[in-house]
Amino acid sequence: MAAHESTYEPKSRFGKWMDVRLPIGRLVHDQLVDFPTPRNLNYLWTFGGILSFFLMLQILTGIVLAMHYQPSAADAFDSIVRIDRDVNFGWLLRPLHAVGASMFFLAVYIHIFRGLYYGSYKAPREILWIIGVLIFVAMMAAAFLGYSLPWGQMSFWAVTVITNLFSSLDDVIPGLGTAVVQWLWGGYSVSGVTLNRFFSLHYLLPFVIVGLVGLHIWALHVVGQNNPTGVDIKTKSDAVTFYPYATSKDAVGIFGFMILFLWFVFFLPDYLGHADNYIPADPLVTPPHIVPEWYFLPYYAILRAIPSKLFGVIAIFSSMGVLLFVPWLDTSLVRSTKYRPLYKWFFWLFVFSCLALGYLGSKPAEGAYVFWARVFTVYYFAHFLIVLPLIGLIERPKSVPGSITEDVLGPAETAGAAAAGKKG
Amino acid sequence: MAIDAEEPDRRDFLTLAAGTFVAVGGAISLWPFIDQMNIDAGAQSLASIEVDIAPVVVGQAITVMWRNKPVFIRHRTKEEIEKALAVDVKDLPDDIARNEGLPASALATDENRTKPGHENWLIMVGICTHLGCIPTGQTLSDKRGDFDGWFCPCHGSHYDTAGRIRKGPAPRNLEVPIYEFITKTKIKIG
Repeated sequence: MAAHESTYEPKSRFGKWMDVRLPIGRLVHDQLVDFPTPRNLNYLWTFGGILSFFLMLQILTGIVLAMHYQPSAADAFDSIVRIDRDVNFGWLLRPLHAVGASMFFLAVYIHIFRGLYYGSYKAPREILWIIGVLIFVAMMAAAFLGYSLPWGQMSFWAVTVITNLFSSLDDVIPGLGTAVVQWLWGGYSVSGVTLNRFFSLHYLLPFVIVGLVGLHIWALHVVGQNNPTGVDIKTKSDAVTFYPYATSKDAVGIFGFMILFLWFVFFLPDYLGHADNYIPADPLVTPPHIVPEWYFLPYYAILRAIPSKLFGVIAIFSSMGVLLFVPWLDTSLVRSTKYRPLYKWFFWLFVFSCLALGYLGSKPAEGAYVFWARVFTVYYFAHFLIVLPLIGLIERPKSVPGSITEDVLGPAETAGAAAAGKKG
Repeated sequence: MAIDAEEPDRRDFLTLAAGTFVAVGGAISLWPFIDQMNIDAGAQSLASIEVDIAPVVVGQAITVMWRNKPVFIRHRTKEEIEKALAVDVKDLPDDIARNEGLPASALATDENRTKPGHENWLIMVGICTHLGCIPTGQTLSDKRGDFDGWFCPCHGSHYDTAGRIRKGPAPRNLEVPIYEFITKTKIKIG
């Protein structure tokens, strides 16, 4: 298991001197070199590394873009155009940051679905999962704030619509919603004052995320990684060391994902954005069809599926909040969906519902689109609140392998491998 | 910290008092960091504008900016006024006038949405009460929705010729700001 004994032995005189003062070398060795990693991890487990890569890339590109960006209503749009056209390598740095945000979300969605499929939220990984949900929410806040900065038409109206979600509090306590919204805006409407503070908070949030990621990795290294079988590491032969096995697999994953990422950056830098954002913000004209970035579309569809403003807002926040309770909503004793023949179907139905909601969120809110958005919104919540608790009680899971080694080598060779593992 | 003595002694009192003092003081000192985000007095004072409405002919509408918000000024036609008067207030999704110049309980009749003697003028904040988009309907070529007033393109709210919500997700009628007629052709908003 994760609570393995330290095998660190400082060799140099400086290493020994440091080890009794600030044992960074020991920390790196125990957590990043000798850390036991399940030997059967597939490529879905490289997304943690991919996400770490994108977090660092977003911070690096963001810091240099902030050297050229002007957070004022009068200059913001022009300064973005100047970055694209005049700033040395600005044509590269801005798409790296903008497309990077999109790819960050693609990676995090895969990471979350991976966790849902293999039951990575189940005991003892509840806190690990909850911190992950908090990172996801912080990422969405950071992305929303960042999207406001170019101060184009979509930026402006996205800020207007999303901040107005809080005005629904007027239906709970009259005046409260208006007070909250005007506090967020710093005015009677969205203005340059709003842009200025959004820039400040956009700069802050990534560092909050870094802190949360630190806790996420800490929790991960206390309980150890899950794996496709959902069976814990029991013997030494179940695990390999983090370096070089996991790090080299992660490197392959990162390079593979970068091919997709850089293809967008170099060949389709604006494909994932919206053309209307190249029109400067105009507080007097709302674009005929407002859509958020693709990664918010499922939530946007849920918001619009509900005909009441207050309940639409409650639904959009609940759709994220419900994730926090997944560890307790799932009643199955088996972690991995590989061994859950009935739940498997519902898992893919859930994936399909999320994709369908994403498609519907990009369409106008009328006619059949609204009907189907309602159908899939109902399933989105039913999956967590009804399917997860119920299936665990009625399902008869397939037999789970006795150990990770048995799953990889088959039962016959396991005994020998385990014996060799004990010796080694 | 635990109070072990059978009778609370002076030290217990001091600990409790000091702890409370720090907690309350800490909470109060947060306020400047929160309040700095609120609208400052300078912005609040830029609160009224005067508009000359003489050039606006019957059937025409103009949009002016007030507190950085668009205000719709529509010179309504006879048919539009009659249409608005013909509606039974009880049938409206929101039966409150939403007129800042009237008590909060005033009903959403056409009279309560306008000024007496100036019923042909409809003046209101042009921001959809759903999520803050600007409804279309200010020019003749705009989409005006099913009730010939305004239509919000974001999430499909329809407003009638008195700016009242009739269909769609918006919860309230368009807000009528405080305004007055200074002369027959000049108004002061705010």
